[in-house]
Amino acid sequence: MGFDTAYEAIAEETGDQRWAFGTGFADPLAGVDTTVPDGVPAAGLAAYCLMLGDDALIMSHRLQEWLARAPELEEETALANIALDLLGQARLLLSRAGHADGTGRDEDAYAFGRAEHEFRNVRLAEVADADFGGLIARLLVFSTWRLALLSRLRDSRDPVLAAVAAQGVKEVAYHRDYAAQWLLRLAGGTDYSRARMAAGLAAVAPLTAELFAISDPERSLRAAQVAPDPAGLRAEVEAVLAAVLDQAGLAWPEVPGMPGVAGRRGREGVHTEAMGHLLAELQSVARAHPGATW
Amino acid sequence: MSGPALTRARAIAASVPDPELPMLTLADLGILREVRADGDRVVVALTPTYSGCPALREMRGDLARRLAAAGYPDVEIRTVLSPAWSTDWITAEGRRKLAAAGVAPPGPAPRPPAGPVPLTLMARPAPACPSCGSPDTIQTAAFGATACKDLYRCRSCAEPFEHVKEI
Repeated sequence: MGFDTAYEAIAEETGDQRWAFGTGFADPLAGVDTTVPDGVPAAGLAAYCLMLGDDALIMSHRLQEWLARAPELEEETALANIALDLLGQARLLLSRAGHADGTGRDEDAYAFGRAEHEFRNVRLAEVADADFGGLIARLLVFSTWRLALLSRLRDSRDPVLAAVAAQGVKEVAYHRDYAAQWLLRLAGGTDYSRARMAAGLAAVAPLTAELFAISDPERSLRAAQVAPDPAGLRAEVEAVLAAVLDQAGLAWPEVPGMPGVAGRRGREGVHTEAMGHLLAELQSVARAHPGATW
Repeated sequence: MSGPALTRARAIAASVPDPELPMLTLADLGILREVRADGDRVVVALTPTYSGCPALREMRGDLARRLAAAGYPDVEIRTVLSPAWSTDWITAEGRRKLAAAGVAPPGPAPRPPAGPVPLTLMARPAPACPSCGSPDTIQTAAFGATACKDLYRCRSCAEPFEHVKEI
């Protein structure tokens, strides 16, 4: 072959861009006008993009953990695709944060270079799933809530956020349908699968209260018509969950929300124990080899 | 840049194959939004199919490389996010090529409503089998090997096949 390494053999004709998907990430917002519109508070916009980007990044990571663990190959493929959609949303949102906060940080700097208390995802995104029923319950609540949020953000005064939301609505609608249809299947299966599905709902129920709690960045953005008040999503989310649960013959567990620390929860950087373990895995290679490419 | 030179650059950009559906060109797929001249520079605008589509980087590389090989060394590739891509943008020629390759082309995409997106608890309408044309097909997986596809099996000829999801 005349090549010293397999890499050279593959890269010879076409350059390293053909080596593999996803190496040496380019700016996902290349060529997009990233000017922050007049009247939009830039710091609030950056913080908000981090919140929504972290929700997608952390949920995506948890879904990736299901690869080689799911009950069937088809479900691994589905979960990988859902994880990929969310990772794509995270890349756009974290890049937007770096433009809006003026630091110019790229997506990798946010994903791999922040400590736990700097992550702003809701705690629902970070908790580990006890089993497939637990995953389906968490994915249903997460995607129902995110779909309600993204569908409103299509009208955001920030054009980048509105564009990311318009694309995301199409993607997350498929995620929600997937989870809802699996919930019906598990609830209508055996006594055991039904019990595991009910246990999954009980596990995620305490994490739903914070989905509707307004954060400081959202207060400033609501006035500027950039982001909605999350309290306004509750009726739509509850109606969708009720429609699925009614058909499944299951009841939503009415439980108090999981407390935070001095009122601070995921949006304020206070996470569950699971988050540290997740970040240790997510960040270990990037921290051991800063700036490495392959 | 002269008119004929720009026309030729357009034709080259339009003929670049999609890395994941190589039977389609970027023009067939409907993601090539614009090819224009800015002095001697060729500016190409692309709209991603899905937020996380990993083929986008490949497409950018292929475009730059093919244009450079054809005598256009100065190429800028811009991402256009809005309006979001829809499978309705796949051309008639693209649909014909998909079906010829055994991939069921998408039906009309649902229009996302301005308000709440309706929940779908039933199976979506099944596509006809691209091999034998039978409408008696069943979904075997809601997601396929790439973000844009799901999997079906024909109950008439038993052939499994991919289908491009409507978005």
